[in-house]
Amino acid sequence: MADIPAFTPVHLLTGFLGSGKTTLLKRLLADPALADTAVMINEFGEVGLDHHLVERIDDTMVLLQSGCVCCTVRGELAEALRDLHSKRERGLVPPFTRVVIESTGLADPFPVLSTLKSDPVLRHHFRAGSVVTTVDAVNGLAQLETYVESNRQAAIADRIVVTKADLCAGSAGLARLLSRLAELNPDAVRHIATADGPGAEALFGDDAAHRAAKLQSASGFYCDAPAGLVTADGTPHQAAISSFVIAADTPVDWTGFGVWLTMLLNRHGERVLRVKGMLDIEGEDRPVAVHGVQHLVHPPVHMDAWPAGERSSRIVFIVDGLDPNLLKRSFNAFALAGKAADSPQPEAAEPVRNAQSP
Amino acid sequence: MCSLCGVIGGDQHWTDAAARPGVFTRNVERLDRRRERARRVVAVNRVLAAFGMSLSDWQGSSFVLATRTGKSEMIEDLGHLWPAAERLAGRPCDPLDPALIARMESVSDG
Repeated sequence: MADIPAFTPVHLLTGFLGSGKTTLLKRLLADPALADTAVMINEFGEVGLDHHLVERIDDTMVLLQSGCVCCTVRGELAEALRDLHSKRERGLVPPFTRVVIESTGLADPFPVLSTLKSDPVLRHHFRAGSVVTTVDAVNGLAQLETYVESNRQAAIADRIVVTKADLCAGSAGLARLLSRLAELNPDAVRHIATADGPGAEALFGDDAAHRAAKLQSASGFYCDAPAGLVTADGTPHQAAISSFVIAADTPVDWTGFGVWLTMLLNRHGERVLRVKGMLDIEGEDRPVAVHGVQHLVHPPVHMDAWPAGERSSRIVFIVDGLDPNLLKRSFNAFALAGKAADSPQPEAAEPVRNAQSP
Repeated sequence: MCSLCGVIGGDQHWTDAAARPGVFTRNVERLDRRRERARRVVAVNRVLAAFGMSLSDWQGSSFVLATRTGKSEMIEDLGHLWPAAERLAGRPCDPLDPALIARMESVSDG
């Protein structure tokens, strides 16, 4: 049991209808690298597991040759996860160290992550891992233009797998799609799917290490500046989803930042698809990485060191219809150090009488 | 924070330094923890003043949010603060409201 992590990461596999999610999953399920994994899928039928099957644990759960536990979700996801956890504790299923959930093509993936944080049992045993999104090379661009869900799925991804690239006529379409994805989500790792790649480890490997490492790209920062909001033809894009960077040379006040971000997420959480950044916190030598998906903020991570010669805060925002300039102004007013701590308001500093009297 | 209603099920909020590997653990010490709570109350009150409300620490374990007319509510952490503040104020607390930003800017300049 020692190898069960205190918090089992739950990865999410999402992607638009027909974007090759199931094909990818089928290949991954046979991959020995997925041995210590529990996979939750919509239906057994669709992935055709029979030839991998080793043992049927119960109606909803089977054990595969690769050592992977595969189960279908009937009803509530939280219930299925609790059942899985309970079976692991009782030794009825192999001690898996991660969970992969396949979400349906049209669903907004966020509620799944939210379930993990809000369920009274699950939140002590599971944590949100990576979001892997499949995008179809042939139809992906059109779907991004047309469907909000498709944009959201791409925007919250940690890793994007471009499928059916071999069916794509010419490389121009693929290049356009890749640059569009780079605009939407500048720092997601993009894979092109082939008959035998990317492997399970590349997609569902250690996400915390990956998340910290990924924050620093070759150019020194965790993310190159995102491109403007135009299509490849140069016309302004119709979708309202955009990404931008807030940079600050003044150290950030952690308390002020916390107040600001919670306030922002409370009011605009569903429109802030992603927040990701490296902060220069006042009083701290090392950078602190923050990472959030909509209302959910991952625990902040202390990083080892600043990239050479650069010590300043940078936060990438991927937002749906919020004004970047207003957001930057708001950030500056609320979160920069030297502002938050120095000027308590007389009226606010007064103790609250009704709270302190007996 | 429960992201659906913002209230049910208090847990460790991400802004709290929890002693978990890899988590922001600047204030592992008890005194530092108290100091951070005091700083948080000050920082929140800078914003809440714009809505005629204030926050105070309650026994180092919760916070009390109160309006000038005495309506008050206990909250667990920052995740619960803003839904409660909006309820008591009867209007949204929007950090992107230009008037609020202008107010925050003038407070910090002054």
